[in-house]
Amino acid sequence: MIETRALTKVYAAPAPRKTPTGPTGPTGRAPTAPNGPAGRGARASASIVALDGLDLEVREGEMFGLLGPNGAGKTTTIGILTTRVRATSGEACVAGRNVSTHDTAVRRLIGVVPQRPNPDRSLNVIENLVFHGAYFGIGTAESARRAIALLEKFEIAEKATAKVDDLSGGQQQRLMIARALLHEPEVIFLDEPTVGLDPQARHALWDVLRALHREGRTIVMTTHYMQEADALCDRIAIVDRGKLLACDTPAALTARAPGATLVDLTVEGDLAAAAARCRLVDGISAVDVVGSDLRAQSLRGGEALPALIRAVEDAGSRVQNINLAKPSLETLFISLTGRKLD
Amino acid sequence: MTAIATERDVPTSYVFFAMLRRDIRVARRELPFFLVRTAMQPLLLMIVFGYLMPKLGVMQKGYTATLLPGVLALSLALSSVQSVALPMVAQFGFSKEIEDRLLAPIPNHLVALELIVAGTIQGMIAGIFVLPAGRLIMGAIPGLALSNLPHLLGITILGAATFSALGLVMGCAIQPQQIGLMFSSIISPMIFFGCTYYPWTALDKVPVMKYLVLVNPLVYVAEGMRGAITPDVPHMDPLVVALVLVGLLLLFWHVGKRAFLRRAIS
Repeated sequence: MIETRALTKVYAAPAPRKTPTGPTGPTGRAPTAPNGPAGRGARASASIVALDGLDLEVREGEMFGLLGPNGAGKTTTIGILTTRVRATSGEACVAGRNVSTHDTAVRRLIGVVPQRPNPDRSLNVIENLVFHGAYFGIGTAESARRAIALLEKFEIAEKATAKVDDLSGGQQQRLMIARALLHEPEVIFLDEPTVGLDPQARHALWDVLRALHREGRTIVMTTHYMQEADALCDRIAIVDRGKLLACDTPAALTARAPGATLVDLTVEGDLAAAAARCRLVDGISAVDVVGSDLRAQSLRGGEALPALIRAVEDAGSRVQNINLAKPSLETLFISLTGRKLD
Repeated sequence: MTAIATERDVPTSYVFFAMLRRDIRVARRELPFFLVRTAMQPLLLMIVFGYLMPKLGVMQKGYTATLLPGVLALSLALSSVQSVALPMVAQFGFSKEIEDRLLAPIPNHLVALELIVAGTIQGMIAGIFVLPAGRLIMGAIPGLALSNLPHLLGITILGAATFSALGLVMGCAIQPQQIGLMFSSIISPMIFFGCTYYPWTALDKVPVMKYLVLVNPLVYVAEGMRGAITPDVPHMDPLVVALVLVGLLLLFWHVGKRAFLRRAIS
């Protein structure tokens, strides 16, 4: 259904535009997308590599998650697939159509839910839907019929003639989903659909997405919430720094996660000496130095903590902070990227 | 890859007119604000310069014949440029409202063209409002001739379209926080050096000015209006006016379209 090959995007802009709300929108030039860990710094100051040879394949009817931290290239990927961002090189196809050469054909087949709701504020709620239908060649009567059905489905029918500014954040997000569905697209793209929603609204949105998935639609969503990707998606692509690191079902990815609990100790003092001591602790399979942290892989979960703290103190250092991560998508992510999601 | 069972062909013209319908609906809803925004200044000008000052004997009575076409050009130009530029600055800048239209199945440059058509219509509406208002405020205008309707209509459409295209350029170039700056640095000089209060030919006495103001597109609309409705007032050759305005329209469209596409697709 969707395929990208060696997709690369380099933004020429020297510095991304600063907005008070941070990098958002389908063009989201995430300023945190660096040009590799080190070495290519000189070029990084002149351009930003958002995608670095990304290969993806999404099957029909699949709920597909793009998981990665801010600046991983998720929004740029969605931008290219929805024809709003032009790839620097590589190829992207949606339903067999090349997004750069057949952009209007692709637009006809997709529905897009933006990261931040962008309803037409000069129109009321139902007009937003009816005019959207008109932009896709649907007659007013048919558009209105579909609009009412969608508003009822998403429980905002009583707001049909309200101004969009009168909707809550969650309601606006549901309006955006209704709008994306009005022209009955083959593929729905959602960019961080639950960012900024309270937990209740987030779970309501999950129910909506699950229902759409059951209808057999192809759904591509980005998220930087592990739990969200785990709970919703058939398959997850873990991306970071514009590259695909892993792509599989949540279960298969979790199975690939290191079997140990990751114990991060923020240590004040001699890290190397503390690491050497920690390696001797019973049930610790490996210890790495990550920045000012020691990252220990514990086969005994949190039980190894007292011994680890003692080991650090024996080395003449002090533990300032402790963080535990059980084997999960998160630990897989950390082991793949060397950093946490958020 | 899956074959798509039903290829829904959407006629481009249908989508284009849907967007135009949207703009007309919004404009109709906001008509009172629109008129205050665009016609207030021309109305005040006419009250002061076209009614009060001739009454006080400060201005010659015949001055209204010079002023009316100028003010008509001013309201036409202001409303066109603002109708396109102001919403664009907001919709591209922070609300991102325009994205729904950019994701519609038509080429993005047609979205830009639609904005110009909508701006042209709004400019014409402002003109239709100001012309009779001017007649009411200033009384009988010496030499006013509305009989040459094709000429009047031609300069109205051409002037409004040129300034709508300029609105596209400005809407793409200006950041939301610079809107105030746009008025003081671009719009105000354009109004004062736009031959709205004085005919261009009268600038013979200040030759430097006479040629400097030629970079101002408003000069051609004002002079074109004089040619159309008060032909007794000395004015620029209508053919020159038409040629320059067509040239400017094409230039602004070219520049505006490119800027629009750069904003639309990154």
